[in-house]
Amino acid sequence: MTKDECKKVVIDIIADIAPDEDLSTLKPEVRLRDQLQLDSMDFLDIVMELRKRHGIEVPEADYIQLASLDSCANYLTPKFNALSAKS
Amino acid sequence: MNTRSHYDVAIIGAGMSGLAAGIRLAHFGKRVCIFERHNTVGGLNSFYSLGGRKFDVGLHAMTNYVRPGIKGTPLGKLLRQLRIDRDEFALCEQKQSRIAFGPRGETSLRFTNDFAVFESEVAARFPAQIDGFLRLTAAVRAFDDVALDATPVSARQVVRQHITDPLLEGMLFCPLMYYGSATEHDMEFGQFVIMFKALFLEGFARPFDGVRVILRVLLEKYRAAGGERRMKCGVRQIVARDGRAAVLVLDSGEEISADEVISSIGAPETARLIQADAPGSQAPVTPGRLSFVETITILDRQPAALGWGGDTIVFFNDSARFDYACPAGQVDPRSGVICIPNNFDYGPELRLAEGIFRCTCLASYERWAHLPDEAYHADKRRWYEALQQSAQRFLPALPEPGALARATVATDMFTPRTITKFTGHLGGAIYGAAEKNRQGRTGLANLYLCGTDQGFLGIVGAMLSGISMANYHILQKS
Repeated sequence: MTKDECKKVVIDIIADIAPDEDLSTLKPEVRLRDQLQLDSMDFLDIVMELRKRHGIEVPEADYIQLASLDSCANYLTPKFNALSAKS
Repeated sequence: MNTRSHYDVAIIGAGMSGLAAGIRLAHFGKRVCIFERHNTVGGLNSFYSLGGRKFDVGLHAMTNYVRPGIKGTPLGKLLRQLRIDRDEFALCEQKQSRIAFGPRGETSLRFTNDFAVFESEVAARFPAQIDGFLRLTAAVRAFDDVALDATPVSARQVVRQHITDPLLEGMLFCPLMYYGSATEHDMEFGQFVIMFKALFLEGFARPFDGVRVILRVLLEKYRAAGGERRMKCGVRQIVARDGRAAVLVLDSGEEISADEVISSIGAPETARLIQADAPGSQAPVTPGRLSFVETITILDRQPAALGWGGDTIVFFNDSARFDYACPAGQVDPRSGVICIPNNFDYGPELRLAEGIFRCTCLASYERWAHLPDEAYHADKRRWYEALQQSAQRFLPALPEPGALARATVATDMFTPRTITKFTGHLGGAIYGAAEKNRQGRTGLANLYLCGTDQGFLGIVGAMLSGISMANYHILQKS
C-alpha cells in the first residue's frame, strides 16, 4: 500500500463517520481537527473502524499519530504493509 | 431464535439509551442482546394503540433540534455515532412555543428554534434584565456540559448572579425543569445548561409520525448491525460474584451471562435486582419523587379551528412563584405543559388526521399508587377535567363555551401508576433519581448504568448516554 492509498482509506472512513463534512479540500499536512469538526468520539470511531474494516490496531498512546492525513499515512502505511506481508 | 446463553454485552431495557448503546456495540462487532420486559421498545418514550389510534407517550417534542450544517451539537454527535442520516428522522420544526405565567398567562415569552426571538421577547418584557440574560446565555454557552467529572453547583445560585427578577427566573426554570429535572426546586447547573441549550439555544422538532419514527430507525440500525433483542423477557435478578455481575436471571427463570452488562432501567431499579454474595459498598440511591399525569384529548378537527393553531408547546404557571416539587395532593394543576402536536411545521402538504391536545402536570406517585380501582378511575376522570380547565386559561379563548368538549372524540390519561406499570420506574419517576451518576459505575465492576440516571437529559440525551457509556466503559477498553 502506498501512502496515498492509505490516505484514501482514512478519508473513506471519515466520510462514513461524518457524512456532513466536506472532505474535498482537505489539506494533508494540516491537523484534521483544524479543518473538520471532529471530536474525541469521532477519533475513537476512526480507530474502531480501522480495526473493524482492516484489522489495524491503534493503541491509545498512538492516537496522536492520527492528527493529520500525512501523519496518518506515515503511521498507518507500515502497519497495512506488515499486515498484508503476514497474510 | 435468540437462545444464546452468553454474550459479550447484555443490555437491560430497550429504551432510547439501551438501543443506542446496543447499536454502538453491535456495530463494532460485540455480540449484544437487549432484554426488554415490555412487548414494545422505547421505555419512557414509546407509543401504544387504543381504539384504533396510536398514541405517543413521553415525547412531546424532540429537543436539541438544529438545522443541517450546524455542527458540534448533541443531535449531530448522535447522528454521527449511530450512523443515522438526519433525513431518516424526518424532523419537522416547531412553529412557536411560549412560557406563560400569571393567573391567565399575562406575562408571556415566545420562543422558536431561532434564539433571537427569545432574546427579543426577554428584552421586551424584562428590559432591566436583558443584560443579565445575555451574560447568563454566555455562561451557558461556555460551560462544558459533557464533562463526566464536573463539580455540582446550584443552578439557582448561578442564575441569580445574572437574573434578579424572580418572575423571569421562574419563567426560565419552568420549561427546563418540566423537560428534564429529577430534582425539586433547583437543578444542578450542568443539568440546567444541558436543558437551556436543548430547549432555547437549539429547539423543538418532531417526525410527522411521532416517536415511533425514531424508534423504528434505531431498531433498524440495531438489527442491521447484528444486535439481538428479546422482548417480553425482563431481567429479574443480577447474581453478583466476586464483585462482578456473574449471571442474569430472566423473568422466565432462564439464566444467561455476559462479559459486561449495561442497565438502562435506572439506578435504584438496577440496585434492586442485585443479589450479592457480599454486602455492597455502594450507598443506596433513593428513587426520584417527580412524577406526572398527562391528559390526551383527540379532536375531530385541527386545533387551529378552535383558535389553537399557533402554539406548539406552552409551559404555564398561574402563581407568583413557580414551584417544581412533588405535590402534597394528587396533582398540582397550577403549572404544567400543553403540547399540540398538530402545530409543528409539517409543510404545506401534510397535516395530522386528527387534532391532539396534551396537558401534563406534576403529580404524586404516593397519592395514586395505592387507590382501589374504582377510586383510581374516578380520580382520573376528575383530574382530566381539572387539567383541561387549568390549561385552557393559557390558550386563546375558544370560539364558544363547550367547543372543546364538542370537538373531543377520544381521551386518555396516564398517571404515575401507569408509568411504573409500563416502564418499571419506581415512584413513576420519569426523570429518575435526583442524584445522577455521570460515570455510570455501580458496585459491580462489569455493570454500568446508562439512561436517565446517568444524567444526560431528554431523548437526545438518553441516546447520547447509551453511546457515551458504551464508548467509555466498553469500546475504549477493548
